[in-house]
Order: sequence, then structure tokens, then C-alpha cells
Amino acid sequence: MSQIISNNETMKEGKDRYKAGVLPYKKMGYWQPDYQVKDTDLLAMFRITPQPGSDPEEVAAAVAGESSTATWTVVWTDRLTACELYRAKAYRVDQVPNTGEGTKTEAQYFAYIAYELDLFEGGSIANLTASIIGNVFGMKAVKALRLEDMRVPVAYLKTFQGPATGVIVERERLDKFGRPLLGATTKPKLGLSGRNYGRVVYEGLKGGLDFMKDDENINSQAFMHWRDRFLYCMDAVNKASAATGEVKGHYLNVTAGTMEEMYRRAEFAKELGSVIIMIDLVIGYTAIQSMALWARQNDMILHLHRAGNSTYSRQKNHGMNFRVICKWMRMAGVDHIHAGTVVGKLEGDPAMIRGFYDTLLDDHTPQNLEHGLFFEQDWASLNKCMPVASGGIHAGQMHQLLTYLGDDVVLQFGGGTIGHPQGIQAGAVANRVALETMVMARNEGRDIWNEGTQILQDAAKWCGPLRAAIDTWKDISFNYESTDTADFVPTATTSF
Amino acid sequence: MMTNPNGIVTQGQFSFLPPLTDVQITAQIKYALGKGWALSVEYTDDPHPRNTYWEMFGAPMFDLKDPAGILMEINNCRKTFPNHYIRVMAFSSVRGVESPTMSYIVNRPKNEPGFGLVRQETDGRNIRYTIHSYATDKPEGERY
Repeated sequence: MSQIISNNETMKEGKDRYKAGVLPYKKMGYWQPDYQVKDTDLLAMFRITPQPGSDPEEVAAAVAGESSTATWTVVWTDRLTACELYRAKAYRVDQVPNTGEGTKTEAQYFAYIAYELDLFEGGSIANLTASIIGNVFGMKAVKALRLEDMRVPVAYLKTFQGPATGVIVERERLDKFGRPLLGATTKPKLGLSGRNYGRVVYEGLKGGLDFMKDDENINSQAFMHWRDRFLYCMDAVNKASAATGEVKGHYLNVTAGTMEEMYRRAEFAKELGSVIIMIDLVIGYTAIQSMALWARQNDMILHLHRAGNSTYSRQKNHGMNFRVICKWMRMAGVDHIHAGTVVGKLEGDPAMIRGFYDTLLDDHTPQNLEHGLFFEQDWASLNKCMPVASGGIHAGQMHQLLTYLGDDVVLQFGGGTIGHPQGIQAGAVANRVALETMVMARNEGRDIWNEGTQILQDAAKWCGPLRAAIDTWKDISFNYESTDTADFVPTATTSF
Repeated sequence: MMTNPNGIVTQGQFSFLPPLTDVQITAQIKYALGKGWALSVEYTDDPHPRNTYWEMFGAPMFDLKDPAGILMEINNCRKTFPNHYIRVMAFSSVRGVESPTMSYIVNRPKNEPGFGLVRQETDGRNIRYTIHSYATDKPEGERY
């Protein structure tokens, strides 16, 4: 990787710096290649596609400037402040491998920027994001801009509550250890009456799933108002719990138009004895933080559906990487977040998804470029957030799911449960048998990646529902190329 | 009689599989020991889903690293309480976990009557739910 050579434009100081007019951002102090990063700095890494002919360092400085103190022209009022401190500093610009001349992609650059901790209000994702992704994404100087990763200093993390419950306590409350949790989203996602909806919940849970789930757009519509859904679902949950002797749950989606209404729905879920509620990412960062505080206060697990994220996280050149959303959501305090399946119907490169999962679950994530983790991150004992794998997965992929995703994950088989030819309970049995069989085989030291299909076939000899599931979905896979892939691969020997 | 697909209480990691053989149990013990976890044996005659504290058949075996020795403890518990629920648990003491990491049932009563759901009608259409274990109608030790 080649470091862009600085063209010796130095920062101006004193009178020269503050003369009225327009000065390049680099000369205003937003480009400091010699800057020594402090442990308390917040670091951000952007992928920049400059306008043709623009100097990448100047563009990086512009991003640093516009995401901190700068405006388009020099202002003398800077001199009333400790402005050197508050200026964000672009300190490193690297050309992205396999971009620019001789490649199919126009030149892109990774720009590293350091922000002083005092720039941000404690405990506020809204304040943090208003700076980091506030104005900069619309700047004319950049053709496209993507926030790839952030390093959040420990001091700042300590101002956040973090996940209301966390993976460890969630497992203790549910009494479920040593295996992934199993769930399913109620289908069809729209149109069922409360009574019919609860039927699906009951069958899935009684059959052997741990959780059933509302979908992101089930709120309170003409075909089913929210109180009906909550009442019928909780009857289903409790009846299934009695039928199996297990703790069961249904993610009751409390997403609504106002905070007042969300609190009202959450209170009702609590009154009915639900262990878990659900919100959508589209309610906004502040609303998410408020619901996380409520969840901590009310012994509630908080599930987050990432509705809307792909509008800005999927394309590689613009928006923000999902790993940044993972970081913000762990800080904001959700207990579950949809983070990809690798093998299912939604976007997901295995190495990238490993990076998301590690971000949600690790006490400490080392830098790992192959997984897209550009910074080391100490999580400062913030609770762990359970990743959820949902979308187009089925029992026949269990060995792949367990290998890619590990134990700390909720595997959600919606169609793979409800679409089972022998019924919903049979669908749940197939998934649970496949899961327990694979966990047992892995623990016994078997090579589940290579023997997985045979392990499932053997279990299907004594488990009819698993037999039927494998026969129905054996050829279903979603092999599309991912758009969000690593820029660094272990074997690459790219030369420039 | 329980009416779920297996007709048994399905707590634990492996309740949907056929009962574990001693060879299978030993393999799971080895897996846990390999991870540095301590194993323990617990039993109960009250399998209510929220009955967290089953009786300990001795403290977790922090210092016993021999799978055969641990299997012997499991089998001693089975001999002593042949008609109780018995589970093997693993505990991790690693920072950030410090919690159980495995739990699987290795013994059950011959007949599992299961649970009834008691619905108490309250305000409006609200219902308060109680999961009642049929077995606990009898005193401890006389249930199965």
C-alpha cells in the first residue's frame, strides 16, 4: 500500500492563518501527518473518492475540518478558542488497494482522522454522529464518502450504558447455555389477525424454538392492532412454556410514531410478563438509547431489527460500514442486532460478518484488516450484544451456520420453520434437532464443515421432520457475490 | 403427560437428541475440560423453567480434570437419585463470561407429568399466567 507523498504544503500559523478569505483545509491545520494519536482520541477511518483532480490529502483535511470545527472560510473567532485542540486532524491517507489507474475502480483513499474527546457529549450517539456523519457526506469536494470504522476511546465508552441485558445475563435468564438460540419470524409478516398470529407463535415455540419474532413492519395496523397481538402472543408464549418446561419468548415490536407510544407498548409487554421487546433501527439513535435505559430498568431484553441499514451500509463507496452501526448499537444499549447469516438471502461476506460478530461480542477486538477491523478496540467491559442471523436460512445449512457464526447467535429460521411440509411444530423440531446434533458433533471433535451433511443425514434417519426439511430445501442456497467485501485478503501481493 | 413433540421437559442443550450414552457424556466432558471449564452435577424434582437453583451434587469440580472421575460423579448422582432430573453444567471463570457455559440433562424421571398453565383473569382482557409443575403438588422427595 502506498502512502501519498505530502506536497510540502505546510500549515499556516498566526496572522497568516486567520486573514479573512478562503484557505485550503490543509493549511488551516486539518492535515497533520506527524500527529501523535492519543489514547483518548476518537479515531475514524473514511473511504474517500475525491472529485477528479483533487488532492486526496486536501480532501481528507476537508472531511476532518467539516466534521469538527471548520467552515468554508476563515473565521477570526477561532482565536477565542483552544482551536488547535478542537480541530480534527487527518493524519494518514493511503490509497485503497486495487483502485485507481490500471484497475476497474476509480482511485479511492483511506483517510484516518483523530478527534479530541472534548468534541463529543458523553452518552450521546446523536451528538457523536452529528459530527462524524453530519455535514461531510454531502460535501462537493468528495464524489463519494464512506465511514469504514471507528476507534472509540475507553473514556468515552464508559459514558454509555451498553446493552441493557447482555449475552451472559440473557442466557442466565433464559436458562439456555452452550448452543445458539433458535428463533423464527412470524409469517406472513402482514395480514394475520391477532388470534391467527398467536397460533404461529404457539406452534413454533411448542415445537422447540426459543423465540418467535414480530417483523420490522408489524406495529399496529388495520388487520391487527398492537394490544391484540400482545395479548394473543403472550398466551402462546406461556402455553408453550408450560408445554415444554422451557423459558420462551416472543419479540414484541414496540416501534411506534412517538416515544410516548413506545413506552406505553413496552409497559404493556412487561405487564404481560414478556421477557423481550423489540424496536427497529429506523426509530433513531436517541429513541434507541431511551428504550435501552427503559429495558435495563425493567429487566427486559431489547431486540433491534436493523430495518433501513442497507440504504447506507451496502454500497462500498458511499455511506457507512455496518461494523460502525454495530459499534454504535452496542454503545446505545441493544441486546440483539441482526448482523448477517453469511449463507442466507441477505448481503454478507463471511470475513466481513465475522468482523461484525467480533465487534458485538468481544471484550477486546484486535485490528484485523481481513475482517475489515481497521482499529484495535477495547470494549471497557460493556455488555455483549447478541448477533441475530435471519433471512433465508434452513436446517440443512446448520454445519455452515455453526462454523461461521459460533454459539453466541440467535439463528432465525422463519420460512425454514413455518414453511415445513409437515407443519410449524415439525419445522421447529427439525431445526432444533439439526442444531443440537451439530453442537454435539462439534464438541465431540468432529469436522463438521466437511462431515456436516452426513451428520444431518444420520440424524434424519431417526428424525422424520429433519428428513422432510432436508428433502424440501436441500438445493436452496443464495450464491450471489457480496458487494461489501474486504479490501485486504491474506494472500494478496498487490503492487502499485 | 406432556404433549410437546418429545413428550419430555426440553431444557438443556441436548434434550431433542436420544438419551446420551456414557461415551457421549464423556466426549462432552472432555470438550468442557479442554476449554478450562469446571463441571458440576445438579439434581431436582422441581423442573419449573424458572427454578434456577437445582440441588448441587457436591460443589463444581474445579480441580478434577479426569473425565472418568467426573463421569463417576454423574453416575453416583444417578444411583442416588434415579428418578430425579439430573443435569451436567460447565462454568467458565473467564472475565466477561463468569457464568454457566454448558447445561444438559443426563437423567429424568420415568414419567414426566409436565406443567399446567393457570390463567388468572384480571383487568379487561389481561391475564396473569402461572406455570404450575404438577409434580410439586407433592412434597420434595415424593414427587416422581
